[in-house]
Parts: sequence; structure tokens; C-alpha cells
Amino acid sequence: MKAPQDQPPENPVAIEIAGLNKWYGEFHVLRDIDLKVLRGERIVICGPSGSGKSTLLRCINRLEDWQRGSIVVDGLELTDDRKRILAVRRDVGMVFQQFNLFPHLTVLENCTLAPIWVRRMPRSEAEALARSYLDRVKIPEQADKYPARLSGGQQQRVAIARALCMNPNIMLFDEPTSALDPEMVKEVLDTMIELANDGITMLVVSHEMGFARQVANRVLFMDEGQILESADPTAFFQHPRHERARAFLKQILH
Amino acid sequence: MSVTDEDFGGDRRNGVRRPPPAAQRGAANWARRNLFSSPLNVALTLGCLIFVIWAVPPLIRFFLFDAVWSGTDRDACIRSAASGACWAFVRAWFSYFIYGFYPVGERWRVDLFFAALALGLAWLGWLRSPQRSLGAIYFFVALPLLSFALLHGAPAIGLAIVPTALWGGILVTMVVATVGIVVSLPLGTLLALARRSEIPLVRWVAVAFIEFVRGVPLITVLFMASVMLPLFVPEKFAPDKLIRALVGVALFASAYMAEVVRGGLAAVPAGQYQAARALGLGYWRTTGLVVLPQAFRVTLPNIVSIFIGLFKDTTLVFVVGIFDFLGAVETARGDPLWAAPNTTITGYAFAAAFYFACCYGMSRYAHGMERRLARSRGAVKRPG
Repeated sequence: MKAPQDQPPENPVAIEIAGLNKWYGEFHVLRDIDLKVLRGERIVICGPSGSGKSTLLRCINRLEDWQRGSIVVDGLELTDDRKRILAVRRDVGMVFQQFNLFPHLTVLENCTLAPIWVRRMPRSEAEALARSYLDRVKIPEQADKYPARLSGGQQQRVAIARALCMNPNIMLFDEPTSALDPEMVKEVLDTMIELANDGITMLVVSHEMGFARQVANRVLFMDEGQILESADPTAFFQHPRHERARAFLKQILH
Repeated sequence: MSVTDEDFGGDRRNGVRRPPPAAQRGAANWARRNLFSSPLNVALTLGCLIFVIWAVPPLIRFFLFDAVWSGTDRDACIRSAASGACWAFVRAWFSYFIYGFYPVGERWRVDLFFAALALGLAWLGWLRSPQRSLGAIYFFVALPLLSFALLHGAPAIGLAIVPTALWGGILVTMVVATVGIVVSLPLGTLLALARRSEIPLVRWVAVAFIEFVRGVPLITVLFMASVMLPLFVPEKFAPDKLIRALVGVALFASAYMAEVVRGGLAAVPAGQYQAARALGLGYWRTTGLVVLPQAFRVTLPNIVSIFIGLFKDTTLVFVVGIFDFLGAVETARGDPLWAAPNTTITGYAFAAAFYFACCYGMSRYAHGMERRLARSRGAVKRPG
């Protein structure tokens, strides 16, 4: 099987979701989601808690299963085929709300684990790669510490570097700043803005509306498992069409 | 006990870091706070003190000052039979306690085995030793092969075969305990993983094995292994008596180990699995590189507890006719040459001291490890 990173990124569609439906038992968490993400697009997904934002994001690298519909990532349709799931995961980086760094490994080892074991990269090459990304997220000096010694903001930047070390075409951010103390939010957002300027495809679940205004091509508003609005940030913030979107913005913006 | 307000009195300047007041420190103060803080505590402290004064000096006198240290037979022991222990008996039987009937000319092989075992334990047990993963391979692969060649013999390299019927004493205790440890950790881990498997058949087999073995006493397992097996297998093909006991002990320990490791697996947050999966790691790599290292850290004290239990349980192989250390003491105390009232108690005291030293050592190790881990944990936020 051809690894996705070898494909020329000519295909203009990065992610295509069609008719996606998911239930948790009786609870209908995602309803008829249709979404096409173009290469290089930067999308911010917002909406009240429990609206299915994170679940949608987790379906894209198949951390969550679904019952109906299809997701195609970089030309690969996600099925039950494990090899294909792993291929998609190699191509899609993810950053979690709780960082989820591996506490038993140093910062550097966190970053080199997947390149060494998944990409079969020689250790020295993987370490050079990891150091270059740690440099980019501005914490090269923390490489040999354990995650527990770092602040929340530093940990989240390590998590971003760890995902980038797999050279993904697509990055998913699941509420990356929600678990951070207020004074650390900016350093993480700055790192993400830099990434956005490099042209990587990004899907960000976040309530950071300033970030959305600054970097997003498109804002999605979700409620009760549906995408109610999909608009460019200016239009969305100035003239939200849906009433629930208006109510939501009123709550978080004042 | 808390410090009263007067200890801080009049010294509350803002923002200055000061050492704690002198009244909090010092041995006398420690004693006052911990031993004599209330009438009940005073009574308990005095009670314990009286007990120690009553019990300890006679024991020391019996086992050290009034004991007989040298002699060639029971006459030496009888001299002090009423008042002291007879260490001459232990000295005379000492090499039997260690080697059993292992041929005298070949005993260097046993010594080499003890040395190789000690090296493996130090390599794995000392966290900062170099190349610990190599140490794990040594302990779980090289050491068993080396031990087999040394103890059983390997005619190809000039080591004569020594039948296991001649093995005995601490040698057997160590072999049974080590085999139990070397087998139960990996096998127990596999069983724990199987019990959490998404494949129903795998899960059911693991549950059935674990629950069956845990529901049966070790003695029963040993009797079944040594008495029932020959009924089904022709005598010619029946495995060696010691091997049968080893299999029984190893399977028994594995079932307990599985439950302990399962607890450790449950303690690893779901976010860790998700992060590993999101990076493209498959099941075995997620398990081996991310989940198990964390699970073992959490359960290390419990794993050592199992080892302590296993070490003491090795004495049960005596019931199927294998002479481990305690069995050797049993045999020796029946020797008419040394029949004296104080040889039995001396032999048992020696055995108790040996088991206590080994188990207490393991326990202290686990305790130290627990404190180390408590220090290095923290700060990482857990999801949920």
C-alpha cells in the first residue's frame, strides 16, 4: 500500500465527510454531517458543549467509530481496515485538550517515539527532526526534561511538536487551550498561528474567537450534532444567521 | 500534633522566609509529640517499652550469648539445651542447607548460578543501571538458559548432568522462586491483556484460567501436578518431578500477577491510548511502548508483594517430596547424630531469619520504589 505522505498533495480536497451519523446508544450525537475541507484550509469549529464538535474531530482519525456515512481523508476512505486506519493516522496529527504527553518519556522521547516506531526513522535522524520542531515551538531547552516538570503551556507546545514530527498533512486540535491557565493560552495560540501561516490544513475545536478571526478561513457552528452554520469569520461574527449561533456568540463574547 | 500559636508568637513579618521554630525540631521534641502527647499515648508507650524489655534480652541471650557455636555432634548442643541455641548444628549442616545433595565437586556451578542471579537482580532492580533493556533480555532469556545449562548440566560443553533429585536447600528455593518470577511476569501480563481484549474468546479463556487458578490452593495445584499428571501420561514421558512443581508454581503465580497488572492497566488514563493511537501506533506498540511502562510503574509495589508471597509459597513444594530450604531444615533436624532439644528451634530460627531477610529486603525495595515514583509523578493533568 502506498503511504499517503508519498502522494503529491495535488488532490485539492483534504477531508470529505458525507452523511455522517453517530449514536452513543440511544443518543444521536452526530446528525447528517457533510463537510468538505480543502487543502490548506483552516477551520475553527465552535458550539455549545455536548454539540458533537470533539466527536466529529475524533471521527476524522477514527478514534471514534460511527454507524452511517463516510469519511475520506487524503483520498483514503476510512473503513474497518486497520492498515488503512493506521495510514490515515500517520497522516493526521492530533492535539488534545489534556495534552496527553507520555509521562514516562522525556520531551524528546515523546517526539521521537512515533517517527522511530511508525516511520522507522533512524534514532539520530528522528532526534534531529524532534529538536527542530521543539525549536519551532520555542522550547528546545526542555528536550531532556519529563513532561511533569513543564508548565501546561509548555506541555501543549510539546504535544504540537510531537504531532508535527510525523510530518502530517492535516492537524486536528481538540480544545487545545481549554485546560490551560489563562496566562498560558497566548503562547499556545501563537504557536498555532505560526503553523497556520505555514499553510498546513487545520481543524480546530475552540472557543478562542480572537484566534478564529485571525487565522480561520471558515468557522463552523455546531449544535445538537449538526453543523448549523459554515461561514467565513467576518460574516459569522457580524451576521450570524442562525438564532442559536447568535445566542451562543452573545454568551461567550461579552 | 500541631504546634501551638505561641511558637509563632510575635514573629509574623511579611514575606520573610524563616526556618521553623526551634520547638518543632530535635529528638526530645519529637518524642514529646509522638510518644507522650496524651495520657493514652503515655500508657501505650510505657506498655510497649515494658514488653520490649521483657522479651528482647532473653531472646538475645538464648540466640547469641548462651548459644553453642561449635561442636561435632549432639553432645555439644545438650550442654546448653536449656538455655541457648545450638548453632553448631546449623554449621554442620550448612552446605546441605544450601546445595542439598548436589555433588560436592560440582557445587561451583551452583555458586555461579547464584552469582548470575544476583547480577540479573541488580541489573534490573537498580533503576539507574546502564542498558536496562539489555538487562531485561539477560534476566528473562539468557539467565534461564544459562541456569539450566549450569544446574542441570550440558554434556556438550562438559558439564555432567545432575539429576534434580539431588538438588536441595536454598538452591531449590531460589530455582523455584526465580522460575516463578521469570515466568509469571510475562505470562501474567499477557493474561491481563487478554482479559481486557476485545475478542470474546481470548477474554473468556483468560478469565477462566485466572479464576480457576485463583480459586484453588497452591497445594492442590502442586498435588495435581505431581500426582495426577502421571496417571494420564506414561511414566516414561512424565516430566521430572521438579519441573512439574515449577510449572504448578509458575502458573499459580501468573494468575495472581495477571490481576495485579490488570489493576495497573486500568490506572493508565484513556488519553494515553488515544494519543498513542493518534500517532499511528498499533495495538502492540501502544501497549509495549506507552501503556505497559506506565502500568508497571504504578503496580511495582504490588508486583513485589506477589514475589514475596511466591517466595514464601516455594516452601510448599516440600509436600510433593522436593527438598527446598525449609525441607532441608526438616531433614536435618531429624538426624539422630544431632538429636538434642535445642536443634529444632535453632534450625527453624535459622530458616525464619533467611526468609525474613529475603522478604524484608524485597519489601524495603518496593517501599523505596514507591516513594521514588510518588516523587516523580504529578503535574501531568489527567483527563476526566
